[in-house]
Amino acid sequence: MTIPFYVAPEQLVRDKAEFARKGIARGRSIVAVDYADGVLILAENPSTALHKISEVYDRIAFAGVGRYNEFETLRKAGIRQADLMGYLYSREDVTAMGLATAFSQTLGVIFIRDPKPYEVEILLAEISEDGTEHRLFRVTYDGTLYDERRYVAIGGKAEQLVEALEELWAEDMTLEQAFAAGMEAFNRAEGREPEGWEVAVLAGGDGRRAFRRLDPSEIATE
Amino acid sequence: MREKPLGPLPLDAPVPGSSFSDLLQAMGATPAMAFPPGSSPVSVPEGTTVLALRYSEGVVMAGDRRATEGHLVAYRRIRKVFPADGYSAIAIAGTAGLAMDMVKLFQVELEHYEKIEGIRLSLEGKASFLGRLVRGQLPMAFQGLPVVPIFAGYDEKELRGRVYTYDVVGGHYEEADFGSTGSGSRLAKSYLRTVYKPDILGDDAMKIAVNALVAASTEDTATGAPDLKRGILPNVVRIDSDGLVEVSDETIYPLAEDALENIL
Repeated sequence: MTIPFYVAPEQLVRDKAEFARKGIARGRSIVAVDYADGVLILAENPSTALHKISEVYDRIAFAGVGRYNEFETLRKAGIRQADLMGYLYSREDVTAMGLATAFSQTLGVIFIRDPKPYEVEILLAEISEDGTEHRLFRVTYDGTLYDERRYVAIGGKAEQLVEALEELWAEDMTLEQAFAAGMEAFNRAEGREPEGWEVAVLAGGDGRRAFRRLDPSEIATE
Repeated sequence: MREKPLGPLPLDAPVPGSSFSDLLQAMGATPAMAFPPGSSPVSVPEGTTVLALRYSEGVVMAGDRRATEGHLVAYRRIRKVFPADGYSAIAIAGTAGLAMDMVKLFQVELEHYEKIEGIRLSLEGKASFLGRLVRGQLPMAFQGLPVVPIFAGYDEKELRGRVYTYDVVGGHYEEADFGSTGSGSRLAKSYLRTVYKPDILGDDAMKIAVNALVAASTEDTATGAPDLKRGILPNVVRIDSDGLVEVSDETIYPLAEDALENIL
């Protein structure tokens, strides 16, 4: 019988966290910004085929950074969970809070149980039925759940993006202003030319489903 | 916004594709369809006449509002025409409770696929999937509880409206002009056959759809005529390249008024 090497739990968790953080830092970041009519989600994404932002439910959007196959697995599982709940109970019983908790539990278990943690960070945005209340959640690779206000960033440059948005964000911005603020935040955080944008909004007034993809060239900025 | 904590995500659900009904089955959330031996059919509300017809730019779908239980009227404001997604609609006849459930599942299925895959199913794909749902109801049909829908939508590839009818075992058939199901369907089709032309405009299509329902209601007791006094009007949806529109009661009212006057 072989005796396995003893590794202190602190060491194990630290190693896994460092590994996951390194993986996430390699990818490009995403921000979500509150504006007058809803929430704008902006991702730097050179690909037009592979999406980082997606609809999860009527008023809930998902965005993920890190390893594509991993956040894609989580995205699908989130949609499955949301549709199951909405079908078995009622559409109004599906909330971002509930989903964020589920993402958090899932990522937490994977971080502890699996030899390799997921190298992802997740963002969930939700607007209320009348469009006035906005909610933002962030879930990290180890399942830690953050309830954010006004703006949130995920990915390698999250800290710098939040720092920039602290200055740039203002109450009741229009979509154009929010888009401009988001781009400027990326500009300051990355300090280089962007490689293409993926843009989506959650905005009320358009029937049951609030999620819409936008073509960045169609958002006029002054 | 209410809060409801959920369990961990269904990461390991053994579902290969993007189908919601397969997921439901994998999670063990589908109702059992076992019957005690020697059980006899139960009496439940049944939906009656619905129809769909093609016009030059798309399709119109319409249904009366009555549900019957034996010889009695069970509901007089039931809804039998539903949007399936932004470009298609489903109308139901037969056992109302089961049919409503089928509609709900069909709607979630289409949206689920669209969200997971990032693209809508083709119209033929939707029609064929609905056939599978009808087929799944076969044990219930043998118990005297059949569900027979019709499906219609705008084909975004072929740029035209298409109408599909079904049989009780889930076979789906594309109709060149119009389709109808339910107790008054033969009467409605007889009427449509005399007035239908392939290149009619949307407004005319809505008019003859309402006429056909009124014609069916004069011969079939299970089909409800429009009741102007109580504001019970047929449900009508219209689908073209701009998507699905639920036609308002204000638009239907004069059509129903004319139909009641002109159909003998």
